[in-house]
Amino acid sequence: MTKQIRTIEEINEKIKNGKVVVVTAEELIDLVEKDGIEKTAKKVDVVTTGTFGPMCSSGLFVNVGHTKPKIKIQKAWLNGVEAYAGLAAVDLYIGATQIPDDDPANKVFPGEFKYGGGHVIHDLVAGKDVHLEATSYGTNCYPRKKLSTLLNIKDLNEAFLFNPRNAYQNYNVAVNAGDKTIYTYLGVLQPKLANANYCSAGQLSPLLKDPFYKTIGLGTKIFLGGGIGHIVGAGTQHNPDSPRTSKGTPKRGSGTLCVTGDLKQMDPKWLVGVSMLGYGTSLAVGLGIPIPVLSADTVKWAAVKDEEIFAPIVDYSNDYPNAKPDILGEVSYKELKSGKIKLGKKEIPTGSLSGYSKALEIANTLKNWIKSGKFTLNSPAEKIPGPESGIKFRLLNERPVKNGDK
Amino acid sequence: MKISKKVVLTFPQSLVDKPIVFHLIKDFDLVFNILRASITPREEGLMVIEISGKEDDCKKGLDFLKSQGVNVQPLKKDVKWIEKKCLQCGACIPICPTQALKIDRKTMAVSFDEDKCIACELCVKPCPARAFEVRLY
Ligand code: SF4
Ligand code: SF4
Repeated sequence: MTKQIRTIEEINEKIKNGKVVVVTAEELIDLVEKDGIEKTAKKVDVVTTGTFGPMCSSGLFVNVGHTKPKIKIQKAWLNGVEAYAGLAAVDLYIGATQIPDDDPANKVFPGEFKYGGGHVIHDLVAGKDVHLEATSYGTNCYPRKKLSTLLNIKDLNEAFLFNPRNAYQNYNVAVNAGDKTIYTYLGVLQPKLANANYCSAGQLSPLLKDPFYKTIGLGTKIFLGGGIGHIVGAGTQHNPDSPRTSKGTPKRGSGTLCVTGDLKQMDPKWLVGVSMLGYGTSLAVGLGIPIPVLSADTVKWAAVKDEEIFAPIVDYSNDYPNAKPDILGEVSYKELKSGKIKLGKKEIPTGSLSGYSKALEIANTLKNWIKSGKFTLNSPAEKIPGPESGIKFRLLNERPVKNGDK
Repeated sequence: MKISKKVVLTFPQSLVDKPIVFHLIKDFDLVFNILRASITPREEGLMVIEISGKEDDCKKGLDFLKSQGVNVQPLKKDVKWIEKKCLQCGACIPICPTQALKIDRKTMAVSFDEDKCIACELCVKPCPARAFEVRLY
């Protein structure tokens, strides 16, 4: 990184004094075009980013409070959706993609997946009552075996999101080279490359703006679900080792973040249960990260534009399901956002799963929070491992089990 | 000539218990398919059916229903976009055949033009937020 020009402490001092200069990543691009990197770096203290899209690896821990007499919950359902209960007595974890036990799923294809874990999380944060059912085997200290009650977020001891993988740094553009329609987590894909779906906010997306994870890490305060959250560290499948452009921007799905935050101060607008036809349920999560301008490099990286950010085009009819690394090509976010891309001679209309205008709203909200003094920055206590860490993405190495049928 | 037609039938309270619709098969040689029905005893009933058969049989059948006091209207369908539910993702943009769903390529804001919508319903299920409502009336 180039020479450090300010510290997070200095930025926080300016936030307190109402003198901080904050711009969104979109505004930064214009500033750099006008004034150049060095001058912009001197002027701007913080750059805000945002993204809003389905993030399947999301979920919620709750402590529902002890019953009288007590129960050590073994199995639990919230509005019919199973929550994991293999924790202490009344702690539960509900994941965004869990569906009700009696959901027809894909028996009638493509399944509609009208309700699942993501919708339960949305209902809770929206203040709706949720039906908790639980069963147990009973012990001397926890004799109760059955429970059925309404729950409201305000009665819960704790409710915090814990999302093992959010904010993917770049993502695949999904197409279907096969000859029948397929239904994926990236939407409905028509055969013979008839459409292409992408899922990133591109030039606003948090990790694309700090490609080497220089300013963020454990403890970084962020916009999460309309409230305040924190970065825990690198998320699952964090893969800093992907090919990059000359400015360092990854050209494949790459880094990820694990994040957490208190659900009680979040907003249902930014945590929305989604139904992916033929695939399942998920949770659309609004997430924004403030990037402190610590050096001129911070600005260089954060000012990359849609035309400089490239995503891989992946065939979801064959290569993706079979875990083949092949790609059909690369395409910039500028092209993706124009509504059509070119693959060879073919023009393919594009759709998105990530809401850019909502991502911009997040970046602007975060900007206003910082300007008004209500949001200060945290110095990360641990960094996110970058390409130098040698961390690589692995497939499962399946091994035969001896006496496997025992 | 054989035709098929979608109609909305509303039954006054007094007719709800009577098997009038079945006369369509028996007396008029029509085939019908119930698309939607909400009938509660002692209240008004509503039924959306698709009838098929010879053109003049269809007309006679429907005239019969009217003569029995059933209100018969051609089916109209409406697809409504619930803006508040929309995530502004844009997944529906390449799906919509009439550009009733539009995206401003500068702001990437998604909008809906009711007048252009032909209620084809192609967007309804692929929408991750299920932000569309289909209304039959
Ligand atoms: S697919 Fe649904 S959520 Fe996405 S932009 Fe269209 S209407 Fe809105
Ligand atoms: S119903 Fe058809 S025409 Fe109307 S908005 Fe949806 S896709 Fe477009």
